[in-house]
Amino acid sequence: MTKSILNPRGFLSALAVGFAFSTSPLMAADLTVALAAEPTSMDPHYQNLTINNSMATQVYDALVLQDVNQKLIPGLAVSWTPVDDRTWEFKLRPGVKFHNGAAFAAEDVVATMKRAANVPNSPSSFGTFIKGKTFEVVDDLTLRVSTKKPYPFTPNDMSRIAIIDSAFVDATTEDFNTGKASFGTGPFTFSKWLPGDVLKLTRNEAYWGKAMEWDSVTVRPIGDGTTRSAALIAGDVDFIERVAPSDLPNLEKRSGVTIFKSVSNRLLYLTLHMTDEPIKPYVTGHDGKPIVSPFRDIRVRQAVSLAIHRQAIADRVMDGLSAPAGQFSPKGYIGYSANLTPDGYDPKRAKELLAEAGYKDGFKLTIHGPAGRYSNDTRILEAIAQMLSRIGIETSVETMPASVFFKRFSRGGPNKTPEFTVAMSGYANGSGEPSHPLRIFIHTKQKARGYGPGNRNGYSNAKVDKLIEDGRASMDIAVGEKAFIQATDIAMREYALVPIHHEIATWAARDGITYEHGALDTTFIHNFRAKK
Amino acid sequence: MFAFVLRRGMQSVVVLFVMSLIVFSMINLVGDPVDMLVNPESLPDEIERVRRDFGLDQPVYVQYWKFLTGALSGDLGNSFVFGRPALTLMAERFPATLELAICALIIAVTIGLPLGVYAGLRPDGLGARFIMGLSVLGISIPTFWLGLMMIIVFSVILGWLPVSGRGETAVFLGIESSMFTLDGLKHLAMPATNLALFKIAMVMRLARAGTNEVMAQDFIRFARAKGLSSRRIVRAHLMPNILIPIVTVVGIEFGTLIAFATVTESIFAWPGLGKLVIDAIVNLDRPIVVAYLLFVVALFLVLNLVVDIIYAVLDPRVRLQGDEE
Repeated sequence: MTKSILNPRGFLSALAVGFAFSTSPLMAADLTVALAAEPTSMDPHYQNLTINNSMATQVYDALVLQDVNQKLIPGLAVSWTPVDDRTWEFKLRPGVKFHNGAAFAAEDVVATMKRAANVPNSPSSFGTFIKGKTFEVVDDLTLRVSTKKPYPFTPNDMSRIAIIDSAFVDATTEDFNTGKASFGTGPFTFSKWLPGDVLKLTRNEAYWGKAMEWDSVTVRPIGDGTTRSAALIAGDVDFIERVAPSDLPNLEKRSGVTIFKSVSNRLLYLTLHMTDEPIKPYVTGHDGKPIVSPFRDIRVRQAVSLAIHRQAIADRVMDGLSAPAGQFSPKGYIGYSANLTPDGYDPKRAKELLAEAGYKDGFKLTIHGPAGRYSNDTRILEAIAQMLSRIGIETSVETMPASVFFKRFSRGGPNKTPEFTVAMSGYANGSGEPSHPLRIFIHTKQKARGYGPGNRNGYSNAKVDKLIEDGRASMDIAVGEKAFIQATDIAMREYALVPIHHEIATWAARDGITYEHGALDTTFIHNFRAKK
Repeated sequence: MFAFVLRRGMQSVVVLFVMSLIVFSMINLVGDPVDMLVNPESLPDEIERVRRDFGLDQPVYVQYWKFLTGALSGDLGNSFVFGRPALTLMAERFPATLELAICALIIAVTIGLPLGVYAGLRPDGLGARFIMGLSVLGISIPTFWLGLMMIIVFSVILGWLPVSGRGETAVFLGIESSMFTLDGLKHLAMPATNLALFKIAMVMRLARAGTNEVMAQDFIRFARAKGLSSRRIVRAHLMPNILIPIVTVVGIEFGTLIAFATVTESIFAWPGLGKLVIDAIVNLDRPIVVAYLLFVVALFLVLNLVVDIIYAVLDPRVRLQGDEE
């Protein structure tokens, strides 16, 4: 148990709380952080998983980095420009050294790409961002990346790959876990990792960017929310993520603790089946006989959206930790459209719409969702079921563990089609690429072209498809963004999905630490600052 | 004795085989690990790649055959999530769980036994009633709630003990454990006590019931009549007799301490087996779940055997089946 003494007040409270049992000497600037999850590996190319990527960011840099709202900022590349329709040129940062002293050059990037796409046993590989790209070394500090078709998102893809020293291109995942190969260029060096227990990082004195303010950082996984809060109050740790909603009012009142909140990009949404076929058993007439999905009619979809009292869910179910949503992105985040607002609660209008669509007497519906995957997921579904019942859609809820849900959600029906009529799921854009949700959820399903893998309700609009494809083919990012916002506007007004809310992410720290936070609910240690 | 152990060993192999068949086929009915592993932003062919690499595209009986042949050579498969052998991962986490279980057991016996015997010797006394009242509490309070209360009292309010984690470890007699450092012991204190509480209550009740029963027997009266001191009666005549059922139960309970410390480990973020397994169940990391369940079965088979042998040693009247042959 170590205590940090960043300021006299922190020191005093540390003394008062836990001094008697500190066995190791008080270190000047060791920061202890408790996170809800832990990485599955410290090999930055082993698994494309949020927590792994967040930890990798501390030890390694990518060519392009992302800020807290996933805007691209210079990393190991100082600039990137398209040289023609298919090729991007990256100018690399001069004078950067890996933690082992080796100099960084374009060769390292090529070697990294070779390894990152082909890590054995990877449960989710980074190949997605690398395959189909050709890497060409122009000189030590210039690299060209070309694709077969015009592709404006090469810089986004490059922001996902942690660059390693070319000497370790053949290193195993174990080598990175033990520290034998874990030499990046990032703000911290890897010291030690005991899975389930502790990860120790040390400040990289030779970091090319702004130096970190702590000599070392200890990261501990504490899965239980209440235990995390207790560890912060007791002074065992200096910083926690994901404050348990029940502890939040308590921590907010407490002196010596600062809370950080931001609307995250994690969206909860309903998807409504909107084609004639197949007729599913989850929507029936009052006689219990399956009927063709009423959600083919946009008026019924709108009725569902108007029936959901998003603010009530935020206040009563989420303890204030959600923000009503009307689109994929929260305000300030890439892909946000200023033209859209969350639907208000209007049960009267919802009933009228149902009647206009020919469902004056409503119908029976079962909605599905995962249990324990998202914050309060089951309770949200129950609330929505009550709200829908109020406008005449007699709704019951069925939840299941995420491991069961996702299989049925994507291919539990006949011929491996999506099983549910109405389901709730979540989405957070991890790529930082604005067309991502449109390509996955909104575009007509075209498996071979990689479009619409998450389009489970059969939504299809040729105009929207064209906007998405044109935007994705334009090397001018600004042109693309305009097209994506237009596509978002149309799709959301047609209720391609019914957005419910964005979760509000929370962090808490001992006074003296500030955290630069944005739309990502992940914790990035390099965004910690000491309050002066 | 030898024939007995041999026969039990053979039975155990059959049990393990049947168990592996059940576990393997059951877990293959639940969900699809690929959905939990592959990042949704990946290209569709990535899903197929993972399915192929992990052998999930094969029919279940082929997967089972592969598992079985692997298991016979001591390889229970690689974790999907960690990409490392399931047995290695479990071996890494096992010491943490074992030290927790041992400490909990020591606490349970050293507290539970004397209190139970005391309550048994003076069944109508105020102290005995108080102790038995406590034991009801110990059995009925949920572990997770008590764990959180302990954290609030001893860490947050009093600041005596660290909230969570394993603390420093040291190597003693070739064993690395947090039992050998002060920091480690401080980290151990709360989770071990939390885990032990139910067992304390149980040992207490067993000891009391045993004491009640034995003290009423003729040989105790005879010993009294002979003029032996009560201390000697308790030590030489009472203890050996009540120990037999306690050893049996405690032996099996030791198994449950190791196998089902999950709740305590989760609350105190103890880096043991329980946490590994819970995560594996949530993420459908099938190889770990299968390996763990087989480990638990093996553990109970061994413990049962050991208990039977100790039983025979403690009670000369008991002869193990097979001895006659």
